[in-house]
Amino acid sequence: MKVAVLKGGRSLERSVSLRSGARVEDALERLGHEVVPLDAGSDLMTRLAAERPDVAFVAMHGPGGEDGTAQELLAILDIPFTGPGVAACARCMDKVLAKHELREAGVPTPDWFAFNETAFRELGAADALDGLGERLGFPLVIKPSRGGSSLGVKFAASRSEVPEALVSAFSYDDRVLLERFVDGRELAVSVLGDEPLPIVEAIPSGGDRYDFEARYEIGRTEFDCPADLGDEEAEAVTAAALGAYRTLGCSGFSRVDLILGEGGPQVLEVNAIPGLTDTSLLPQAAEAAGMSFEELVERILQLAQPAVTH
Amino acid sequence: MRDLMAVTARPEVISLAGGLPDTSTFPPGTFAAQMTRIAQESAAEALQYGPTEGFAETVDCILQVMGAEGMLPDPDDVIVTTGGQQAIDLICKTLVDPGDVVVCEAPTYPGAIPVFCSYEAEVVQIECDEDGMRIEELEAVLSRLEDEGRRPKFVYSVPSFQNPAGVTLSLERRRRLVELARQRELLVVEDNPYGLLRFSGDPMPPLYQLDGGDFVIYVGTFSKILSPGIRLGWAVAPPPVMEKIVLGKQAADLCTSTLTQYFVREYFAEGRWQEYVASLVEIYRRRRDTMLDALEEHFPAQATWTEPQGGLFIWATLPDYIDTGDLLAKALREDVAFVPGESAYVDERGRSSMRLNFSGVSEDSIREGVRRIGRAIAEQVELYGALTGEHPLPPTPRREENKPGDVLPFRRSGEGGA
Repeated sequence: MKVAVLKGGRSLERSVSLRSGARVEDALERLGHEVVPLDAGSDLMTRLAAERPDVAFVAMHGPGGEDGTAQELLAILDIPFTGPGVAACARCMDKVLAKHELREAGVPTPDWFAFNETAFRELGAADALDGLGERLGFPLVIKPSRGGSSLGVKFAASRSEVPEALVSAFSYDDRVLLERFVDGRELAVSVLGDEPLPIVEAIPSGGDRYDFEARYEIGRTEFDCPADLGDEEAEAVTAAALGAYRTLGCSGFSRVDLILGEGGPQVLEVNAIPGLTDTSLLPQAAEAAGMSFEELVERILQLAQPAVTH
Repeated sequence: MRDLMAVTARPEVISLAGGLPDTSTFPPGTFAAQMTRIAQESAAEALQYGPTEGFAETVDCILQVMGAEGMLPDPDDVIVTTGGQQAIDLICKTLVDPGDVVVCEAPTYPGAIPVFCSYEAEVVQIECDEDGMRIEELEAVLSRLEDEGRRPKFVYSVPSFQNPAGVTLSLERRRRLVELARQRELLVVEDNPYGLLRFSGDPMPPLYQLDGGDFVIYVGTFSKILSPGIRLGWAVAPPPVMEKIVLGKQAADLCTSTLTQYFVREYFAEGRWQEYVASLVEIYRRRRDTMLDALEEHFPAQATWTEPQGGLFIWATLPDYIDTGDLLAKALREDVAFVPGESAYVDERGRSSMRLNFSGVSEDSIREGVRRIGRAIAEQVELYGALTGEHPLPPTPRREENKPGDVLPFRRSGEGGA
């Protein structure tokens, strides 16, 4: 099969995407496919139209590749593509939208309030911050609505730290959410097709859960897969993850990030196109399920969206 | 942050992040003629291995470059390296054991930090002001270390037009540093890539010249006066240190590229290298002026920056509630990039500062790039004001605002400065 691998692009997660893409290309070649690597730029449409691949493997992360944009272009060109469709990508990328949908569907997600910049600049929303702090409690998690890899995610330990954290989060998106901090175990459930893979737990070795940077520094976070959970806990986590995956309309594959606190699992976000690098969680989960990376890639290809999505 | 830097390489991004000299002005005809001559007259030799220390002819060129700044090293003390970066690496390899203290400036050359860290040095950074490293603070740190029974392996300094701060160590401090080294029998590593790129002010004697080469190990490079692509630098060190550096170089890569050493030899034989450096100085001076004007016009009143008398960089400092790592993400949405200040520190400092390069981009791009960054900062300042009720200072007039005595890490120099 002729497979175009879409990677790179101009999102802040470009470098992760290039690594995901390169690894997928290697696997596809070993599987005997004809591989067309495409670093998504202004010539993407022209090149796709010229190459006419049988299927596009979307290995892009962040806005542009994971938010439905690239998927829409592929749909216009009638090229089948891997991963979730346009609408699911758009819902997953926008955390505020996703949380509304999850809550409506009864999937547990931490309490939050969302603001865009205009609210603070023009509508005096700053006056509401005191009340919000009281309602959500401290520490408070402040994050851009769109974006991945925990870029721009800040913790405010007290009211006085909120403005600086907001300035940082607004650097990444014009909408941010303030979310109740849930203390608990950090878990990720990857879903392939409609099947949940073994649960991965991220264990920060420094012990400081507030430091999201720890996740991306080698040696500062350990991953345990399958996570050491009781049957009931594992069942609740998997149910919440599948609930989130289905509610947001995901298909093909995605990864659901959760916190398991005292009150049970809470869904933080769904990554429509999770990382596929050699340190990423989805490949780890697949391996724990006895799947090689090649088998994972082949399965993702089989699950590709048909040519017309709407 | 490393992930963000990957995005800065996109072609549509105006990058004020690089440390790139402008190689577009090097005449292609000259380059072609020299490489052709090498191919026709010395193909076999130029394609062969060379001596670990480098060719004597390359060392002659190095002596010319150092001579232009008043230094006269013994040719036997010179080793040709694969860029100045390898010289720093080899010096660390020779001198640093895990846990050893290395002292450097705050901020320091971002490319030196990974080298120090890879040899597991404990890095102690000394604050800079507009006259470079604060020597009184260095003395205090040396005394404190002495009380703890520790001695730094060396003090690393970029004394002229420092990367990243753009500041230059004053003559008085240079003398004091060399004196301290002598009194305490302390090695100083002087990294001087930019010394010949002076736009204004009087030339300063390098530390190596003031010291005579007893306690100062010198690092030089052709990168900023000719080309970084040829990867040619050098180190000058007293014989006992040099012997070990040569062993380290043998282990690392046997010898520096013969081909590029032949190129430098041909190029210097033309006798016009100083003319080329003078032409670069003119270009960079205009670009620095353009950047200073653009900063004045587009950066908000809360920002301060250095006014370098040479080199490639300006260092700007913003209000402390702005994290320049996050600001970079915002700037990249506007297709412009800079280096967040954090990369010039081993600790959390520098989070509100940024390094801006003016040598590698056109004057138009500098103006546009600074305008876009300025707009992003202004938006953050305004947002912070809306969030806290603290309203930003009026944007003008700047010059009166920064009175002498302002407590800022880098006070802007006076009217007569640059």
